[in-house]
Amino acid sequence: MEQDNYIFFQDIYKSFSDKPVLQGLNLAIERGETLVILGRSGCGKSVTLKILLGLLYPDSGRVFLDGEEITGMSEKKLVEVRKKIGMLFQGSALFDSLTVGENVAFALAEHSDKTAAEIDEIVSNNLKFVEMEGTANLMPSELSGGMKKRVALARAMAYQPDILLYDEPTTGLDPITATTINALIRKTQREYGVTSIVVTHELDSGFSVADRAAVMENGRILEIGTIDAIKKSTHEFVRTFLAGPK
Amino acid sequence: MKAHFHWFLDFLHHVHGITEMFGRSLALSFIKPFYLRETVEQMYHIGFKSLSIVLMTSTFTGLVLAMQFGHEMSVFGAKMYTSSVLVVSLVRELGPVIISLVVAGRVGAGITAELGSMAVTEQIDAMRALGTNPYKKLAATRFLALSITLPLLVAIGDLCGMLGGWLVSVTSLGISSDYYWSNAAHYLFFSDIFAGLLKPFIFAMTIASISCYLGFSVTGGTKGVGEATTRSVVVSSILIFILDFLITKVTLGAI
Ligand SMILES: Nc1ncnc2c1ncn2[C@@H]1O[C@H](COP(=O)(O)OP(=O)(O)O)[C@@H](O)[C@H]1O
Ligand SMILES: [Mg+2]
Repeated sequence: MEQDNYIFFQDIYKSFSDKPVLQGLNLAIERGETLVILGRSGCGKSVTLKILLGLLYPDSGRVFLDGEEITGMSEKKLVEVRKKIGMLFQGSALFDSLTVGENVAFALAEHSDKTAAEIDEIVSNNLKFVEMEGTANLMPSELSGGMKKRVALARAMAYQPDILLYDEPTTGLDPITATTINALIRKTQREYGVTSIVVTHELDSGFSVADRAAVMENGRILEIGTIDAIKKSTHEFVRTFLAGPK
Repeated sequence: MKAHFHWFLDFLHHVHGITEMFGRSLALSFIKPFYLRETVEQMYHIGFKSLSIVLMTSTFTGLVLAMQFGHEMSVFGAKMYTSSVLVVSLVRELGPVIISLVVAGRVGAGITAELGSMAVTEQIDAMRALGTNPYKKLAATRFLALSITLPLLVAIGDLCGMLGGWLVSVTSLGISSDYYWSNAAHYLFFSDIFAGLLKPFIFAMTIASISCYLGFSVTGGTKGVGEATTRSVVVSSILIFILDFLITKVTLGAI
């Protein structure tokens, strides 16, 4: 099965106890780009990201990553795939029983044969990258929402992933903090050249980091293209969505 | 009719989930990585921290049993056999059941609440995303820790119960200390001790499987965590009674 796109969702269907969420999702993502998926809450954005990570399995359809089909893979092989992908969860999902440093070190401590000193160095470099140096001994409960997102990004980057998934990275943050998080997303893509998928219902945030954008509704992609193309869309839902609240 | 059918499907779904959790935890307990540190930490949380409540409940059980048995049996002029009846019923029956119920309330609820809040805050997803198997790191470690510590807690509780019984026997039943212990030892067989420790081992695996399964499958935010925690205690308690009946039926006479 030849697949030229770096990441490709092919005709994905997914329901939860008879409630359809994804209904024929098709989506292609190029290597190195930042694609923003815009859509209302509950339209299936998080589910889409979790399917790419192999955390959820589609009812039908196939997902390809770098030419390899990941649907139907064994959990063991999926673990290898997940090492290429870092995910920033919506609520940050830091382990609240571990310190900030232990959170960032988690994947390395679990799976690499690096020494404690090497891991410490990676942890402090990653914390520095997200402008959180000196916080390694704090507990997640001592951090603000924006700081949690930064630590979660540092944790997701521990394995130097090729792909970063951001689930609502600015939702619930004040506008100034949101701006700094968006700046961090751009810095990450600039310095590491990662492929990024950002999922959000916030237009301004989305457009400020996107190379391309897609609009999702009812478990399908309605429109995908450059920001200009999206803004010129004639699709009725897309126009309503972009117009924002009246 | 349709409503009943749904209820039945739900029931089967949960039975399947609990059985699957049991199988997974058991199998993963023997597969690397072993997470020794987590297991020991869990043994401390589950075992050591339950010690005070286990000491309390079992000592008072022994006190009350001795009073009741002493009173009833003196009616038949069999007061001297108080300790044998007490010790055997304590070791075979009351120790395992009461302490397992206490642990299901304290530890089972704690496991469901902790894993449940990890599930609704996506920490379990995050763990999988970071390449770690949460069934191994979270469920199997608790399963193993509980299976080891509950029989130990029951053994300690049995001793406290016997001491409670002894206290009542010597102070208010007029039974001598020597007689209390020799009568107890004479009627307590190895098979009683074996059956009395087999039960908490099986109850431990049951409590762990139920509380981990219910914790992992929480949906619906903090409200869901609360509901699952309550359900965890209720389901574990009922199953302890049912399994106790079955194990007693099988072991009584056989061993
Ligand atoms: N694990 C799950 N079990 C049941 N329903 C789910 C699950 N995950 C998501 N859903 C449902 O799927 C729909 C889409 O969810 P989601 O992808 O999280 O939306 P969003 O676009 O806001 O991220 C929602 O209605 C949600 O309730
Ligand atoms: Mg979401």
